[in-house]
Amino acid sequence: MSEAVHVSELTRKFGDFVAVDRVTFDVSQGEIFGFLGPNGAGKTTTIKMLTGLLRPTSGSARVAGFDVNREIPQIKTRIGYMSQLFSLYSDLTVDENIQLFGGLYGVTGPRFVERRDWVLRMADLSNERRRLTAELSLGFKQRLALGCAVIHEPPILFLDEPTSGVDPIARRAFWDLIYDFAAAGTTVFVSTHYMEEAEYCHRLALMNRGKLIAMDRPVALKQALDEPILRLETDNTPEAVEALQKTPGVIDAAMFGRAVHITVTDESTAPDAVRATLAAAGRTCESLERITPSLEDVFVSLVRREGGAVIG
Amino acid sequence: MRALSLHRLRALLKKELRQMLRDPRMKAVIFVTPIFQLMIFGYAVNTDIRNTATYVVDLDKSAASRELIEVFAATGYFDVVGHSDRSTDLDRALDNGDAVVGIEIPAGFTSDVARGTATVQVLVDGTNSNTGTVAQGYAVQIVRRYATSYMQRTGMLPPGGVDLRTRAWYNPELESQVYNVPGVIGVLVMLMGLLLTSLAVVRERELGTLDQLMVSPLSTTELILGKTIPVMLVGLIQITLISAVAILWFKIPMRGSVLVLLPAALLYILAGIALGLIISTISKTQQEAFMVMFMVLFPLVLLSGFMFPVDSMAEFFRWLSLLNPIRHVVEIVRAIFLKGEGLAGLWHQYVALAAIATGALIVAMVRLRRSTD
Repeated sequence: MSEAVHVSELTRKFGDFVAVDRVTFDVSQGEIFGFLGPNGAGKTTTIKMLTGLLRPTSGSARVAGFDVNREIPQIKTRIGYMSQLFSLYSDLTVDENIQLFGGLYGVTGPRFVERRDWVLRMADLSNERRRLTAELSLGFKQRLALGCAVIHEPPILFLDEPTSGVDPIARRAFWDLIYDFAAAGTTVFVSTHYMEEAEYCHRLALMNRGKLIAMDRPVALKQALDEPILRLETDNTPEAVEALQKTPGVIDAAMFGRAVHITVTDESTAPDAVRATLAAAGRTCESLERITPSLEDVFVSLVRREGGAVIG
Repeated sequence: MRALSLHRLRALLKKELRQMLRDPRMKAVIFVTPIFQLMIFGYAVNTDIRNTATYVVDLDKSAASRELIEVFAATGYFDVVGHSDRSTDLDRALDNGDAVVGIEIPAGFTSDVARGTATVQVLVDGTNSNTGTVAQGYAVQIVRRYATSYMQRTGMLPPGGVDLRTRAWYNPELESQVYNVPGVIGVLVMLMGLLLTSLAVVRERELGTLDQLMVSPLSTTELILGKTIPVMLVGLIQITLISAVAILWFKIPMRGSVLVLLPAALLYILAGIALGLIISTISKTQQEAFMVMFMVLFPLVLLSGFMFPVDSMAEFFRWLSLLNPIRHVVEIVRAIFLKGEGLAGLWHQYVALAAIATGALIVAMVRLRRSTD
């Protein structure tokens, strides 16, 4: 079967708060499926329901062909899970952590030796086996955690914001590993709030306030955004944003680092209106150009169209 | 419900024991605190009375009254710090804190003794009620004994006649060490059971590692066993350690059998562990767990009979204390150590302990399963 994960109308409430609201999607085998959204959007709650840590309030989901409402034991042996909280034991050595996970997943005997050596090679820790995990740098810890999570070679791997807090180089190295898994047929389900990380995914689901607001390939999502985006550099970004909000032809203006991204209705007339507003407000216009929208632009624009605010 | 997997359980046990033995603070908590606490209870917390500051008012001023005062001083329990023949001096001595006990020998004491109706007034400083109560009891006995011997000497009572004497069985010297040390076993082991178990689970929840365990094929039963077996071992080590120090150092008599003690110890540790697990299901952080633990532990200790006898509690609390595992274990340990009691005389307490442990364990299992939802 090619559907690794099948989710239908999945909902989770905490009291009156709807953390995940009738979410429906499929993930096919070998796919890297990304969940993008701010903190509190419902990504972690969805992953917890799919891994058996939380019971859904309503709706259904199948993971590796098994029902998350009734067949959690079967699911548990077929998935790997690594969470945003670094989840190895820092007071155990590298070897002892691998042993623990081997024991928990029933990887024993010669297969254990083979898998342990594979984890050590993959995490580049072959010479650090007796080191306490606490002494490793975050990048190494994360690779070790990933190795432990897949010690039983699960067909589906859930990664909940796996690279929070690591530097871009370690993050890139981590993603190389994820590509290797996917190439070998493993389905990777990954959540993130890093936009550039989301670009690495085969397919992306955008989530906000518990709802799925879009789902497609990253390129397709960016192409689907038909409103032109202008990028402005000015001497006082916050004041420029405030002034531009009221300019005719401007749908939205938002700070992006030191620059301003301006969503406009018409690419031909907007630049003049923007310049006029800036001059009236006494602000400079160092540069103004049309840009290809980033995923963040897509996200902000979709949330605006939904009529809601981004939380997080 | 899946079958128990030994390789999963073994992996978790190995991990728990490694973590426990690697932490030097934990090792200190396990091996040093029991001895330390035992020393405190054995030496510092002494409820015996010795050399109690006593003020005497002698209104009779007779040979008999002076003799009685000497008898008081000779027992070693009372230290006569002042004399007077005015009652007001006694009040002042107690008010100023110069004396804890006041004895007033009424005028006409000599003739009362001769008639066998002698009484003295014993005033005690109520702010130190324990010493006061004990001192009062001793004073009454001393007066009674003195009266008897006086009557025998004067030929009013034939020698070998009625001699009223109280004798404390099993602890003839009424030494508080003998009474306290077995109680320490109860309190300490409960503290450890609650502490180690609740923190073992809550710490993992705080670190996020609990989720990592829960997504693995590990079942709730395996998780509970993996978390509680090490605590069980620690509890048994501590009971052995405390008992050894009690017997070898404090010379507490061990009149009963270790074989009778062991099942009680196991049931008791189990009850402590189950309570610890329940605490872990209602606490999100280690601080919360600590707070809940102390809120639970204090009433348990106070209502256990370890410090204040169960018989002197209000009726409601006497009934309530039947649910208190510390009460039962303190009774069992004291009976085994001091009376050499066997299973036959203690089955009430064993049944109660077993019921408490089972009940708490069921609640803990149900709550732990639900906490994953």
